[in-house]
Amino acid sequence: MYNLFLPFGGLLMSENKAIVAIKNVNKIFGATPVVTDMNMTVYEGEFLTLLGPSGCGKTTTLRMIGGFESPSNGSILIEGVPVEEKEPFDRDVNTVFQSYALFPHMTIFDNIAYGLKVKKVKKADIRQRVTEMLALVQLTGYESRYPSQLSGGQKQRVAIARALINNPKVLLLDEPLGALDLKLRKQMQIELKRLQKKLGITFIYVTHDQEEALTMSDRIAVMYQGRIEQLDTPSAIYERPATKFVADFIGESNVFEATVASKEGALVSLYTETGLALGLSETAVPDEHVYLSIRPEKVLLHEVPAEGFTVSGIVKEQIYIGSMVKCIVTLPNGFELKASKIAGTPLPAAGSLVYIGWEPQDAVVIESRDQMIFETIDAIRLG
Amino acid sequence: MKKLKLRGQVLPAIVTVSPVTIWMVLLIGLPLLYVLFISFMTTDGYSVVYRFNFQNYVKLLDPTYLKIYLNSFIVAFFTTLICVGLGYPLAYKMARMKGPKKVLMMIFLMIPFWTNSLIRLYGWRTLLGKTGYLNTLMQAIGLTNGPVEMLYTRGAVLLGMVYVLFPFMVLPLYAAIEKLDWSLLEASSDLGAKRLTTFRKITLPLTSSGIFAGAIMVFIPSLGYFFVSDIMGGGNQQLIGNLIKTQFNAGNNWPLGSALSIGLIILTLVLVGIYKAGGGKMEDLV
Repeated sequence: MYNLFLPFGGLLMSENKAIVAIKNVNKIFGATPVVTDMNMTVYEGEFLTLLGPSGCGKTTTLRMIGGFESPSNGSILIEGVPVEEKEPFDRDVNTVFQSYALFPHMTIFDNIAYGLKVKKVKKADIRQRVTEMLALVQLTGYESRYPSQLSGGQKQRVAIARALINNPKVLLLDEPLGALDLKLRKQMQIELKRLQKKLGITFIYVTHDQEEALTMSDRIAVMYQGRIEQLDTPSAIYERPATKFVADFIGESNVFEATVASKEGALVSLYTETGLALGLSETAVPDEHVYLSIRPEKVLLHEVPAEGFTVSGIVKEQIYIGSMVKCIVTLPNGFELKASKIAGTPLPAAGSLVYIGWEPQDAVVIESRDQMIFETIDAIRLG
Repeated sequence: MKKLKLRGQVLPAIVTVSPVTIWMVLLIGLPLLYVLFISFMTTDGYSVVYRFNFQNYVKLLDPTYLKIYLNSFIVAFFTTLICVGLGYPLAYKMARMKGPKKVLMMIFLMIPFWTNSLIRLYGWRTLLGKTGYLNTLMQAIGLTNGPVEMLYTRGAVLLGMVYVLFPFMVLPLYAAIEKLDWSLLEASSDLGAKRLTTFRKITLPLTSSGIFAGAIMVFIPSLGYFFVSDIMGGGNQQLIGNLIKTQFNAGNNWPLGSALSIGLIILTLVLVGIYKAGGGKMEDLV
């Protein structure tokens, strides 16, 4: 399994109390598996993000925790109690829906008060709590308006207030910022994160936006085709991707097919199609087929051969992207390598020959789940 | 100059609108005016006597007629109630269905709708009559000794009304329920509301427009569908519709029939007015 349970950032080490546990859960719609063999533990007070492309099963997972779908098999525990058989109204979790799902025939006050009203809380208490909630989401004075009179960002805040007023053990958020424009989304990301820290409530957040996930989360579960590919802190996910999919999906990456040539300690030398390369791995063994992933900003470009810089290529083009300059280098086998530098750094001109390399610790050796066949590399190596 | 420009705007407008206007005036407006006119006339027992008076409208309040109105309202009220009771769950179920199942349900609902309702009502007579299938069956299995009178009762008229008018209730209900955003129901459940509470606080208020539209489309026709009470009720069950029909046919009293018609039209307008005042939309009534 790739769920490396490294202690996450030391952030929550002192109070590692499991609040949601997903055990061997499968979800099959008709004949289509949507979630496969999922195991995941969410700890009290953490901000955990389910990240993945559409159709990866992240929303289904969230809906199973909320009680809107039931797992085909396996178990979901909230505070140690199995809840698969419980209805949404019997679970101590609340959801912020993608489309907000505000009740159009009720005022903002009645929307936020809804959860307390159905629980028959005293009127005076409801008024006080709603007032507090409105202040918390900065919507004081909007109580008598209707949802149709609010902007997208305001509706979003109402949806959050309406869920939080019930003091849920866990708040589930299904792409809550998806409908907002970029600027507002960025602002709301920061606000949401602040709110979560202030209240100390566990957030399980679904998004397909990797930047959003990296910005907000304590931990990220990267999902692909119904499975968790990697569950770890944002920095670990970015710097040490566990699978080829994670390396490709999070940020930009140059991924090479490689075969382990030899190993000294953790230093591994590898055959690639374009020559020998170095990387770090504790577990790789000689002759193993692996992927080698190098982030564009970790690629070093030299105009003259230096020690360890054995691979050369031709600079195809330079792309200016504001804070960074990107450089595409075509390698002898046609691979287009991406390298990036902070804008202003002098870069070799298009058409010139460069030698590329990287520090071994910046190259991530990804061991594959499946036995891979890299015919070209084996042909070069053996023949 | 100004006159020319005005003509340039008014003439095309007249040309495009006039077919509809002519149609409305000739086929609806004039006959209605004629009915209104006749309703202030009187009769000599054979034909209309053109003498202006209010006596028909005074006669509308005759105790015999008041009883018929009451009977009519009872039938219309219960027809509407039964149609809502049966139609809401069906419309809800249909709105939640997907793909071919939904189309199939819609077809099942519409096929009887496309068949002549007289023929369908006579179908009921062969079922419910004294020598009908149901009576024969009940006697054969020893449930009853002799035939039971099921036709010619208020219940039979009610059954016929519900049967004929049911689609008029289901269609507006379906339209309203289909528009309902299901995530609102999930949100309600998520916030702690049990099914009944969700239905009462979310589903019902958000689909009430469909209930009102359906109720109007069932209640008003059931006051006037004389053929239903003719076939199912025989002569026993008199409704407003029968009363009007009788005045025009056997009674030979067109002026009174017209006054009754005008009364029914005014009542309809009042009900539609209430519907509109309650926030209902006219396009839902078509």
